[in-house]
Amino acid sequence: MKLKRNSSQPTERTLPKCPTGIAGFDEITLGGLPRGRPSLICGGAGCGKTLFGIEFLARGAQDFGEPGVCISFEETSDDLAQNAISLGFDLKALERANELVIDYIHIDKSEIAETGEYDLEGLFIRIGSAIDSIGAKRVLLDTPEALFGGLNDEGVLRSELRRLFRWLKDKGVTAVITGEKGEGTLTRHGIEEYVSDCVVLLDHRLQSGVVTRRMRVLKYRGSMHGTNEYPFLIGQKGISILPITSLGLNHRISDDRISSGIPGLDEMLEGAGFYRGSSILVSGTAGTGKTSMAAHLLNAACSRGEACLFFSFEESPDQLLRNMRSIGIDLGRWIKKGLLHIHSTRPTTHGLELHLVEIHNLLEQHKPKVVVIDPLSSLISGAGENTGDLTNMVLRVIDRLKQLGTTGFFTSLTSGGRAAEATEVNISSLVDTWLLLRDVESDGERNRVLYVLKSRGMAHSNQLREFLMTKNGVELREAYLGPAGVLTGSARLAQEAREREEESRSKRESEDRRLALSRKLRAAEAQILALEAERQAAELELRSAAIQTEERRNAAAEQRAQMARSRKVDSSPKASRPSVREAGV
Amino acid sequence: MATRRDGNGKVEYDLRLYVAGQTPRSVQAFANLTKICEEHLAGRYRIAVIDLLEHPQLAKGDQILAIPTLVRTLPEPIRKIIGDLSNKERVLVGLDVRSTG
Repeated sequence: MKLKRNSSQPTERTLPKCPTGIAGFDEITLGGLPRGRPSLICGGAGCGKTLFGIEFLARGAQDFGEPGVCISFEETSDDLAQNAISLGFDLKALERANELVIDYIHIDKSEIAETGEYDLEGLFIRIGSAIDSIGAKRVLLDTPEALFGGLNDEGVLRSELRRLFRWLKDKGVTAVITGEKGEGTLTRHGIEEYVSDCVVLLDHRLQSGVVTRRMRVLKYRGSMHGTNEYPFLIGQKGISILPITSLGLNHRISDDRISSGIPGLDEMLEGAGFYRGSSILVSGTAGTGKTSMAAHLLNAACSRGEACLFFSFEESPDQLLRNMRSIGIDLGRWIKKGLLHIHSTRPTTHGLELHLVEIHNLLEQHKPKVVVIDPLSSLISGAGENTGDLTNMVLRVIDRLKQLGTTGFFTSLTSGGRAAEATEVNISSLVDTWLLLRDVESDGERNRVLYVLKSRGMAHSNQLREFLMTKNGVELREAYLGPAGVLTGSARLAQEAREREEESRSKRESEDRRLALSRKLRAAEAQILALEAERQAAELELRSAAIQTEERRNAAAEQRAQMARSRKVDSSPKASRPSVREAGV
Repeated sequence: MATRRDGNGKVEYDLRLYVAGQTPRSVQAFANLTKICEEHLAGRYRIAVIDLLEHPQLAKGDQILAIPTLVRTLPEPIRKIIGDLSNKERVLVGLDVRSTG
């Protein structure tokens, strides 16, 4: 956002401001209108000037404890009250509570003759008495230029208006003065010369049959303010100027992951799915299954007990439910449980701003955790040729969702002729995760493939995966690479069959081999057994041979001893004999 | 349309002059008015002078913006003349005195 500074010193501290309570306006002006001074709200017929003023008064009385006076030159107080009711303000009740005075000043040229000099002291007295009767702090003059139609003496009028604005300033009331845009001038009679502190320009433009409202702070003496043109909406809760909060990129983010509802897809996203609160874009040509992916996400979220919102710009709720049932997703039960709300509108029913308002209101109402907009691209018809507006709107929706920590899932239809990586809405840089669905045509068939083009903050899969729409939902298939790229459909089935065959053959072969080896092993074992037996036999033989030798030696020794005894040899050296004998052995 | 006539069948005039304090312009307007009325409506007119500084709430009823404002409440329809009434011809036209005289 650009900020303009009219003086080199920051003067917000010295310039008191009067909060309008109008959503977004106080952010743009850093606090509201200049307190105690008149501000001019100008614009063409039907651009919302009166409403701006009425809301300023009503919010002042309701929310800020500042009673207000409405001096209406165009509408009777009944008409005003009636109009305000549709925007959620009960002016009659405020009047009864002495928070508001509406004075309708009617001037009819046909019943007035002018002769001689006069001034508008009567008007001053009326405004003054209205202000004093309730101690008003805010005044709306809507629009004093009507006086030019009722009185002839323009010179008197001009000087009296100038005096009026100065007088209001002296009274210390914060005044809003409306003025209808003239040709080449901000107001038809140039009263902007007399109101120079703050000028706000309202505008509505017709583009391709759809109206977009815009607001710009043209001038704000002594204060910084946003100088951009801001789209604004007139909804059930009055005016809201967008962006409300996107003045900074400071939303809190979550490390939480949520399942996409498709196990295969979760796997591609680090096995965990999307980040909670992130924005996800699914783009693809017609019939690639964008809505089905959305249904999966919703189904998963509702199963976790989370509230979800589905904005459908192409299908009615019933049609959507039927179609999703055909792939095995029963969204109807979540609607019955009150978790899922489907909001179906034609994109052309109203302009972008009202779509935005609807989205904002429903977000407020249902506080969903997951929001699906299907498809975003159809809103282009609402944006007319100016797709920049749509990008802007999407940015605001994304901003809002991020602020709320809500996961946003957008689908976008890419038409055949376009490059796959360009969405028509040009929001690719705004989203965190971008899934691309594509038709692959080969061997006389079209098959669907999916890949993750980007996914911020995670190591996502870079694979192209085929997916099927089964009666159990979307299923991702293994990726097969062939010479001509990824294999899909029958080519993939053929490849799968080949691989199965391959596998069983190799299984057979290895079984055979295992058998052969085990036979060999058994033979070796048998051989080992035989040798062992042989070894034992030999050992036995060896041992018996040793025993025989010993016996023979013993017998010989015995024989010698007997012989010695028979020869009566002296037995005294007997002790040394065995050592001699042993040495001799 | 309500009209009130005097004994001679002539239309009677009820006039209100709205002023804000005793400004020279108001004084002038009152003087001009009585002079015109005496000349053309002698005996069949009533003038009420309303000072809005004292009764500001009365400004709303007759939709008074300009000061001074002369309002002809009778005969109907209501007519208003703003200014100090210095141009006699225009006042007479404004009050529609000639035709109903």
